[in-house]
Amino acid sequence: MLTLERRPEPNRRVALLTPIIAVVTTMIVGGLLFGALGTNPITAIETIFWEPLFGEFAFYYRPQLMVKGAPLVLIAIGLSLGFRAGIWNIGAEGQYIIGALCGAGVGLAFYPTESWLIFPLMVIAGAFGGFVWAMIPAILKTRFGTSEILVSLMLVYVAEQFLASMALGLMKNPEGFGFPGSRNLQQYASAHNAELFTGTGMHWGVVAALIAVIAAYVLLNRHMLGYHIRLTGEAPRAARFAGVNPTRLVLFCLGTSGALAGLAGLFEVSGPAGMVSIDFNVGYGFTAIIVAFLGRLHPVGILLAGLLMALTYIGGEIAQSNLGLPAAAIQVFQGMLLFFLLAADLLTNYRIRLARTEAA
Amino acid sequence: MTFTRRFLMAASAAALGLATGAAAQDKTKVGFIYVGPVGDGGWTYEHNQGRLAVEEEFGDAVETVFVESVPEGPDAERVLTQMALNGADLIFTTSFGYMDPTINVAAKFPNVKFEHATGYKRSDNVSTYGARFYEGRAVQGHIAGSMTESNVIGYIGSYPIPEVIRGINSAYIHAKKVNPDVEFKIIWAYTWFDPAKEADAAKALIEQGADVILQHTDSTAPQAAAQEAGNVITFGQASDMAEYAPKPRVSSIIDNWAPYYIDRVRAVVDGTWESTDTWDGIGAGMVGIGEISDVVPAEVKAEALALKDEIASGAYHPFTGPLKKQDGSDWLAEGESADDGTLLGMNFYVEGISGDIPQ
Amino acid sequence: MDLTAISPTLLIASLMVAATPLLLAALGELIVERAGVLNLGVEGMMITGAICGFAISVETGSPYLGLVFAAIGGALLSLLFALLTQLVLANQVASGLALTLFGLGLSALLGQSYVGVKPPSMARLDLPGLSDLPFVGRVLFSHDPVLYFGIALTIATWAFLKFTRAGLILRAVGENHTAAHALGYKVVRVRILAILFGGACAGLGGAYISLIRVPQWTEGMTAGIGWIALALVVFASWKPLRVLLGAYLFGGLSVLQLNLQAAGLAVPVEYLAMSPYIITILVLVLMSADKSRAPASLGRIFHASS
Repeated sequence: MLTLERRPEPNRRVALLTPIIAVVTTMIVGGLLFGALGTNPITAIETIFWEPLFGEFAFYYRPQLMVKGAPLVLIAIGLSLGFRAGIWNIGAEGQYIIGALCGAGVGLAFYPTESWLIFPLMVIAGAFGGFVWAMIPAILKTRFGTSEILVSLMLVYVAEQFLASMALGLMKNPEGFGFPGSRNLQQYASAHNAELFTGTGMHWGVVAALIAVIAAYVLLNRHMLGYHIRLTGEAPRAARFAGVNPTRLVLFCLGTSGALAGLAGLFEVSGPAGMVSIDFNVGYGFTAIIVAFLGRLHPVGILLAGLLMALTYIGGEIAQSNLGLPAAAIQVFQGMLLFFLLAADLLTNYRIRLARTEAA
Repeated sequence: MTFTRRFLMAASAAALGLATGAAAQDKTKVGFIYVGPVGDGGWTYEHNQGRLAVEEEFGDAVETVFVESVPEGPDAERVLTQMALNGADLIFTTSFGYMDPTINVAAKFPNVKFEHATGYKRSDNVSTYGARFYEGRAVQGHIAGSMTESNVIGYIGSYPIPEVIRGINSAYIHAKKVNPDVEFKIIWAYTWFDPAKEADAAKALIEQGADVILQHTDSTAPQAAAQEAGNVITFGQASDMAEYAPKPRVSSIIDNWAPYYIDRVRAVVDGTWESTDTWDGIGAGMVGIGEISDVVPAEVKAEALALKDEIASGAYHPFTGPLKKQDGSDWLAEGESADDGTLLGMNFYVEGISGDIPQ
Repeated sequence: MDLTAISPTLLIASLMVAATPLLLAALGELIVERAGVLNLGVEGMMITGAICGFAISVETGSPYLGLVFAAIGGALLSLLFALLTQLVLANQVASGLALTLFGLGLSALLGQSYVGVKPPSMARLDLPGLSDLPFVGRVLFSHDPVLYFGIALTIATWAFLKFTRAGLILRAVGENHTAAHALGYKVVRVRILAILFGGACAGLGGAYISLIRVPQWTEGMTAGIGWIALALVVFASWKPLRVLLGAYLFGGLSVLQLNLQAAGLAVPVEYLAMSPYIITILVLVLMSADKSRAPASLGRIFHASS
């Protein structure tokens, strides 16, 4: 009989190997799926994974990987801090929306004044918006003991309705012929989160994501607070004896993840997206949760996982357009990749043993 | 937004390579980007029918590609760039939210032609096109006003935007013309697509006495609700919805993009493409009126068809004065017809409709 | 404005219909959560049930067979989640989200040839005499069978949790899996069964939308109802009878909103649409003073040797 035996500590060699095993398995099973849909499996897999990185137009796709991956990484880094400590913010999507609304609101309020001060103010407003939205579940948790999982999730829907109301009402472009959606911040120099180096896709959001990766790494490995976070997640009782203040930790983890999600929203609305529209949010907040787990809650892992997700999005679009695969097939493929990556975790944390059932 | 020289070179090389390649193979590549899945049975479905018509018309001379369910925003910009890089000669961007991405990408690929649906921004290589659905609404309003017995007509709107408001006004004016007692009950669903909500909205309207349901959302849910209720008629929206004929569906407004798409692709093949602003209606075949079923009395059907012909020939404009706005102020004088600018930005009801447009 | 146009009888009758998919999905999720598992994949299981039920009814011409297969389809999809979280011990939040993504894609693939097809219809129950009674006849005695099934399931779930030994075990597993394990209960087996039940209920709820409430198939047609079901379980503080109440309240709010609009009342639609979620948060806060809190082991990974 097969039994699972927890490894004394996660096997590092296996930990590095499992994502590769998962990706290869997905390629095989996904290939079968594409084959069943009448597409050459090898071409399909090559289009999704190879084209964006090394294909003819890689010079365009490589920077796009960063543009698509940056919000995922930025949000996931924030979430991973809480997840490590057992604090579950799954409402990053809402914090992302509110951050974007606050940031864009500041920018739009100044229109058409030009000043270098506007963008920094928007950044502050964006982070603050996300922070405040995350403080609702944080304070309710510390004050009343409500579940932050559920409260933060509920607040996503509140934020989505709020977004619709803003796009149709207060923030609607007065010169937009009555169509919903705000002015385009790309056309407002002081508020535009433009590319920093042309052709690289590098905008402030990408910079922020990279800084967040480094900061999280340092925090977790070199700082007392990081130690407290890890300790709380691994041994809550021991953490209390070690003098960890759980209230402060909840406020810190939710606040940080909210602020980072808010920043991601702000950088997106002032850069690649450009405007507040009804469908501004496309699920980065939820995808980032998956990214955080795929990255094993490790800053570097999250960076790689974010880029991998971005790769499947971009490669998936190429496959749709070049091979005529339906969007649904790409979605199923992504779902499979996630399942296999999650399942592969097993090998890292557990040993599978062929054990004889002991005679009673 | 500026690009590196490397990018520009590569991009123009790609465009050039394509131009020469196209000359060699004589194959024109046409891209489509959709906001929903092709299986939505409504808006995107009809655009995809247009794409298929292009394939059929040109056969091997044209290759079409599409990407579905692309969110409006940076993802759209990337998909458009990708299509342009891969050698598309002409790209149709089929949702209002693709407006700014289309303009941005078009600026980087001066040799690629773009066609943006329902927007108002154009450039040398970006055309816009849209359909005068309000012309179809006039025919609908006429049938609705003639057929209603309760004098209550229910209208399911999506979002309060000019396109939808125009439709409500047009339908109301023509219903009122044949039936002065008619009253419109309007529900804003705040979604383009949520079948369950559309079903509930239709039921609410029916329960409040409506025996005609007009819809500006894409699912067949209101049709099914009307069928269950029994004595209610409906009109197909976006696609014909013929599976609900002859009753409740008595007619329909069909988005027929095929003639336009074929026309524009031919212009690219022939090298005669120019940036234009097209707003076509029944006359050009962009707005189709689905077969009027036998549930409609013969004389009403004849009147409706006559109205349709008059609109098609240009003899009659659905917004012709005298018309007043809801607040009683004058809008159009006797014999005057509305200009396109006012129609495009329409944000008011005409006199007689009760209730406020949500702001 | 004409509020008299709103008929309370019809309003109640149609809110019951609007509430049924929510009720079914939420009852399933309630059992799952009572067993200590948080499955965020409700939306994915609902849409999978919606297409399975639709396809089978169209192919066989029997809506009842369709409903059965919808439940099977939902349960099969949830089996993936069960394997991941119970055997492979993957994180529940991430697995649930992945399940939704996968379910939405899978259903769209399966449903490609069913767009624009009309399913066979299911007759309303017509009880001679009873259905003709004023008010109660329309409200209580003239619905489709699934609606009654939903109500019966609510009561059955309530009785199961309260009076049966199996229900007791389920709750024990959800409250403290280590203790339950020590007492010799099969924690993993109980949870897998609970997850399968949740999947079947969600699938049934999805098929109610595609076969009865709408009825049609289009991609993504559940449009977020699975997420509302998740909120509903919390709102109901994990109690079946309160789920019923909450489903009518949530369903009623959306139906009432549409009715008020039709009656000419200017309704702040977005603010009304967010109200169920705000109410749910308030309930959570109020409940914190109460004993009836979330199952203590909710969302925690259980491994026998740990």
